[in-house]
Amino acid sequence: MNRRTLLASAAFALGLAGAAAAQDPVKVGFVYVGPIGDGGWTYEHDKGRLAVEAHFGDAVETVYQESVPEGADAERVMTQMALSGADLIFATSFGFMDPVINVAQKFPDVKFEHATGYKRADNVSTYSARFYEGRAVQGLIAGHMTESNIIGYIASYPIPEVVRGINSAFIHARQVNPDVQFKVIWAYTWFDPAKEADAATALIEQGADVILQHTDSTAPQAAAERAGNVYTFGQASDMIEYAPKPRISSIIDNWAPYYIERVQAVIDGTWESEDTWDGIAPGMVGIGEITDAVPAEVKAEAEALIAAMASGEYHPFTGPLNRQDGTPWLAEGEVADDGTLLGMNFYVEGLTGAVPQ
Amino acid sequence: MDFGAINPTVLAASLMVASTPILLAAIGELVVEKSGVLNLGVEGMMITGAIVGFAIAVETGSPALGFLTAMAGGAALSLIFGVLTQVLMSNQVATGLALTLFGLGFSALIGQGYVGVKPPALAKPDLGLLADIPVLGRVLFSHDLIVYLSLALVVAVWAFLRFTRAGLILRAVGENHDAAHALGYKVVRIRLAAIAFGGACAGLGGAYLSLMRVPQWTEGMTAGAGWIALAIVVFASWRAGRVLLGAYLFGGVAVLQLNLQAAGVAVPVELLSASPYLVTIIVLVIISADRGRAALNAPASLGRVFHASS
Repeated sequence: MNRRTLLASAAFALGLAGAAAAQDPVKVGFVYVGPIGDGGWTYEHDKGRLAVEAHFGDAVETVYQESVPEGADAERVMTQMALSGADLIFATSFGFMDPVINVAQKFPDVKFEHATGYKRADNVSTYSARFYEGRAVQGLIAGHMTESNIIGYIASYPIPEVVRGINSAFIHARQVNPDVQFKVIWAYTWFDPAKEADAATALIEQGADVILQHTDSTAPQAAAERAGNVYTFGQASDMIEYAPKPRISSIIDNWAPYYIERVQAVIDGTWESEDTWDGIAPGMVGIGEITDAVPAEVKAEAEALIAAMASGEYHPFTGPLNRQDGTPWLAEGEVADDGTLLGMNFYVEGLTGAVPQ
Repeated sequence: MDFGAINPTVLAASLMVASTPILLAAIGELVVEKSGVLNLGVEGMMITGAIVGFAIAVETGSPALGFLTAMAGGAALSLIFGVLTQVLMSNQVATGLALTLFGLGFSALIGQGYVGVKPPALAKPDLGLLADIPVLGRVLFSHDLIVYLSLALVVAVWAFLRFTRAGLILRAVGENHDAAHALGYKVVRIRLAAIAFGGACAGLGGAYLSLMRVPQWTEGMTAGAGWIALAIVVFASWRAGRVLLGAYLFGGVAVLQLNLQAAGVAVPVELLSASPYLVTIIVLVIISADRGRAALNAPASLGRVFHASS
């Protein structure tokens, strides 16, 4: 077979695949930034994938690719998925944003869903969770639990989602403990257990006794456990194996309902490009069990905060709030709009250091 | 700017722990390259050692047994490479890369059941009075056995290559395998032994990562440490002492940059994050500035295929 006939038959096969799509199971692809075994971010996305499989049974076929680097490789992986007949592709990391847009242009009939990004197209939706609501709960608990008044924060990349989390945690830690200080380390990775462990150790050695993390592995939990009197929070996944100490609560990403809803929309033919940003109320952000290491009254306060955010009566970014340089941001009672939050690249007043630009 | 929050004593102690996996892998690879073999599979052998050691330590409850199995596992994997490149004469670069890919996948497979499991801890030797010496006690005498073992290994490799007959033969094989063969030395056998030693060291380094430094199992946890180890061997211009320097320098800058960030030092974070690599490159340039000497140091037969008939 020469190359021309090969190409022709490939095109023919693709055409056939398109025509047969109506009867065939809907094929859903998932692109993961880390390994499923990270116990955090990717692990929860894969739980969402498994929930899709369990919900739809034979009507849906899923494929996935783990540990895909953010960049050109992601484009290759998604192109491959689209070529092999995927109808819907979930790209589950911020750094896949431009690759998604590029691949989506080449495959207008394939639908794309990009997590935590802000670029959309006719066949590209974005979805994210209001993790900052969970961060508010963590900040409140951390502010109460710290004795050294130093809270360590292992941040990943300086993107709005991470900056939002730092601000939200800080605001609520300060509310309950005006003396609290944050030490932030930018790890510039989502997943590097050794580096995350080193970062946690560095923070602990400099006096932090509560560690918050925005990286995906459980390594900081292990470092905190080894150090003794240090508290941590599960990130993305429950990380319950480190309860009741050091892990005293967690933010759990629950993607399953959203994934099932979107796959259903593709099956029904009602899928449209949307921007979804759900929080605690619909259950996309879950708060893991607050363990007995936390005093009962602190736990009650945290639960009241969760309830207030779930009912919509409280927004974590409610004024009066100033920016780091002291200029006013939100007036008394004013609530931050989503646009500002989505592009957040500044610290609130009281935080030290600078957001890397 | 506030350096006050950084305690140099504690920093030095963390530096040694952070550098040990790379040091172990690099000293093993040094011996391999000295015998004229370029094994790019360090990353794969490290991660295999990490999971094998972790699994055995968890199943038996004995970290010591875990470390031993990790060495055996790393050596076994490296011997696959050895047989392919030395007996079947495959390309060393391609085979080494394949070994890394294989090791990453293989470890993920074995590791399925070990995510979130906590390993038993290796007891630290109690050095009594020594550990109570101010500053020095914390820096030098408060570590676990593997840290001391890694240092002893550096000295042993240095002495072996410099003073022993066996070391001389190993170097001869690496410099000119045809001449060594003509003298009656078993080139393939010597190289296989060196490869197995390198594998064992890489496996031990990996197990140190999963059992002591992190300590837990997560897929892909070596995150490129094997490649750093490879770079450090070149950086060290194939000398044991400089391998130690290179590994501690890299580990030191990596730990220091995290501490500087936590202390709120007003240096751009991107620069701090890149600093371990920048410093490594700069020192590499300085060391190899003297072209002739650097080139002389590279084993002449490095990466070349040997066959007795040629």
